[in-house]
Amino acid sequence: MARVVAVTGNEASAEALRQINPDVCAAYPITPQTDLMQRFSGFVSDGKVDTEVILVESEHSAMSACIGASAAGGRVVTATSSQGLALMWEMLFIAAGMRLPVVMPLVNRALSAPLNIHGDHSDSMGARDSGWIQLYSENAQEAYDNTIQAFRIAEHMDIRLPVMVCFDGFIISHSIERVEYLEDTEVKNFVGEYKQLYPLLDIDNPKSYGPLILPDLYMEYKRAQHEVMTKVKDVVLDVASEFKKLSKREYGLFEAYRLDDADIALVILSSAAGTAKDVIDEFRGRGIKAGLLKPRLFRPFPYEEVADTLKKVRAISVMDRADSFGGYGPLFMEISSALLHIKERPLLINKIYGLGGRDFLPGHAEMVLNELMEIVETGKFKTIKEYIGVRE
Amino acid sequence: MPLKLKELSKKEDLFTHGHRMCSGCGTPIIIKQVLMASDYPVIASNATGCLEVSSCISLYTAWKIPWIHSAFENAAATIAGVETMYSALKKQGKIDREIKFVAFGGDGGTYDIGLQSLSGAMERGHDMLYICYDNGAYMNTGIQRSSATPFGADTTTSPAGSVVPGKMQQRKNLTKIMAAHDIPYVAQASPAHWQDLIRKVKKAFEIKGPKFMNVISPCNRGWRSRTDDAIELSRLAVDTCYWPLYEVENGITKVTYTPRNKKPIVDFLKPQGRFKHLFSPENEWILKKLQEDIDKEWDELLRASSIEK
Ligand SMILES: Cc1ncc(C[n+]2csc(CCOP(=O)(O)OP(=O)(O)O)c2C)c(N)n1
Ligand code: SF4
Repeated sequence: MARVVAVTGNEASAEALRQINPDVCAAYPITPQTDLMQRFSGFVSDGKVDTEVILVESEHSAMSACIGASAAGGRVVTATSSQGLALMWEMLFIAAGMRLPVVMPLVNRALSAPLNIHGDHSDSMGARDSGWIQLYSENAQEAYDNTIQAFRIAEHMDIRLPVMVCFDGFIISHSIERVEYLEDTEVKNFVGEYKQLYPLLDIDNPKSYGPLILPDLYMEYKRAQHEVMTKVKDVVLDVASEFKKLSKREYGLFEAYRLDDADIALVILSSAAGTAKDVIDEFRGRGIKAGLLKPRLFRPFPYEEVADTLKKVRAISVMDRADSFGGYGPLFMEISSALLHIKERPLLINKIYGLGGRDFLPGHAEMVLNELMEIVETGKFKTIKEYIGVRE
Repeated sequence: MPLKLKELSKKEDLFTHGHRMCSGCGTPIIIKQVLMASDYPVIASNATGCLEVSSCISLYTAWKIPWIHSAFENAAATIAGVETMYSALKKQGKIDREIKFVAFGGDGGTYDIGLQSLSGAMERGHDMLYICYDNGAYMNTGIQRSSATPFGADTTTSPAGSVVPGKMQQRKNLTKIMAAHDIPYVAQASPAHWQDLIRKVKKAFEIKGPKFMNVISPCNRGWRSRTDDAIELSRLAVDTCYWPLYEVENGITKVTYTPRNKKPIVDFLKPQGRFKHLFSPENEWILKKLQEDIDKEWDELLRASSIEK
């Protein structure tokens, strides 16, 4: 039986970790993640989990210790935000390259400079090419559900890759919401026993991790990494359908909200999708065919499925809560790539919003949807990339 | 019980021939001695550097023990993770064997970029031994100065030129820094004094908690010395007191070898091309300074050693 509670995203995520009871957890504080690991450490101190916690001296060491612990042979977790993820950057590639199924809640936060502790996606977007699987969450419930599913995806024998579970700093991490928790035994049975493929701790069958690979083989390793990524979609869907049986909650590669017959649409990640959905409903109420696509699996990106869902829409605004200076927003680049092969493709514009925790308000969604309507009517648009909600 | 070469030679070589370190390099000798010393199964992590790039390439590995290399600055944090997983699984009753954990790093990966992760791992009290093989420069990237490079040495980033005569900063005294962590065991060793080295490693493996050993490791490429000089040079390093052999056990300092006739530092410098420029008259002051620094450190060490007896 599900337990209904009122909790923050950090609390929900920590609760998922308690129910999973990983073998090792390495942690270093950074706002807005700090509170997650504090809660988890509390479970350790109260004997509610068997986890060995390593309170490291930096995020670089946190990820290094996760790599060692995971290679040693057991379930491993850490969590971070922003500068912490940036400091881990070097090690993110190593965890993925070694095919180590580490799971990491990432409480999204802006990157310095200027210093800002609030939520945007510049941290996770900066790590999108590290070989980690990335799942994004709209609210505390999704943060909780994704954390549980992440272990199954990461540890799947066909995958064995690290997974980042992203959710918005403060907006999700610190706001109290209604969340349905699964029973401890349900979670325990769902994630199952951990099996490591080549544990370092198997003293009788010594293995070497992290060799030097020269030009004669390096490309083969990298292609193999890409090939594994192509299998992730199926696993994500399988895990989601099993999770649905347990929770009655439905997950896919992305959420297609009122998109079936939509003329105009927003593509938007994480918490802002919730706000935008209300506005979409309002437009629908006025007889305007508006819809929304909310990516969940961002790496690997489900190009074909996204293209198939968006191809009949006439105009789309891709909303980015991160920037690529001198380029388009990272989500926009993915959506453009997805639609590239369609002959009669939707018109695409890109809005950068909500950097450093700037509010994304219903008015912003409304403004963008109105602009899309105009684009549909005239077939023309002013600019491709534009900042919204910015002070002039 | 005295260590016998005859007995030790019966043990399996856990770091095999076929590795690709330069011929005459001091490091593989040290690794063999360390692995030979352990009476337990050992798992090692390795920092990026000469040892790592030469010992495990593609499908070939010289390591007959479980081994992990993850990056340059984090051999300590990586093995800390392995050791913690061991504790976790042991607590859960999933593993019951006694296993020892060791990290190997060069001086660059230990004194410089890896100092934070090393210090962190020691402070947290992991049951591990960290071994620095100190060849006094970043050898793998082509002999650049590190904070372990001796004063006056010629390296590719502190070249001896017409204005600057080599590296103009003192060596960092890492062994002292590690002793200041108040961990149960810190030692300095040399492959020429193999009995001393093996005894120290054996002792370290019997102690629970974090241990650190600094081992001098001649590099003929970087030291510009003969390829058959590694053992001779590490002996001269000890006999000149450039590299004193000592240990700090639970805060008690003990010199483990006192040269019968302490040799002048020039005996250690002369055979090495990296110090060639020091033997011209205008650089005499550098030789003098090196000798003074060594004498001071040796005196301090003897004093600490006798006071604490
Ligand atoms: C973060 C990072 N910076 C720089 C390097 C390049 N690098 C690889 S090995 C090395 C020097 C290693 O020197 P040392 O630790 O003294 O070991 P040695 O090669 O002398 O055995 C350097 C600078 C790297 N791999 N990673
Ligand atoms: S360069 Fe020096 S340290 Fe590196 S393998 Fe050769 S001799 Fe050994």
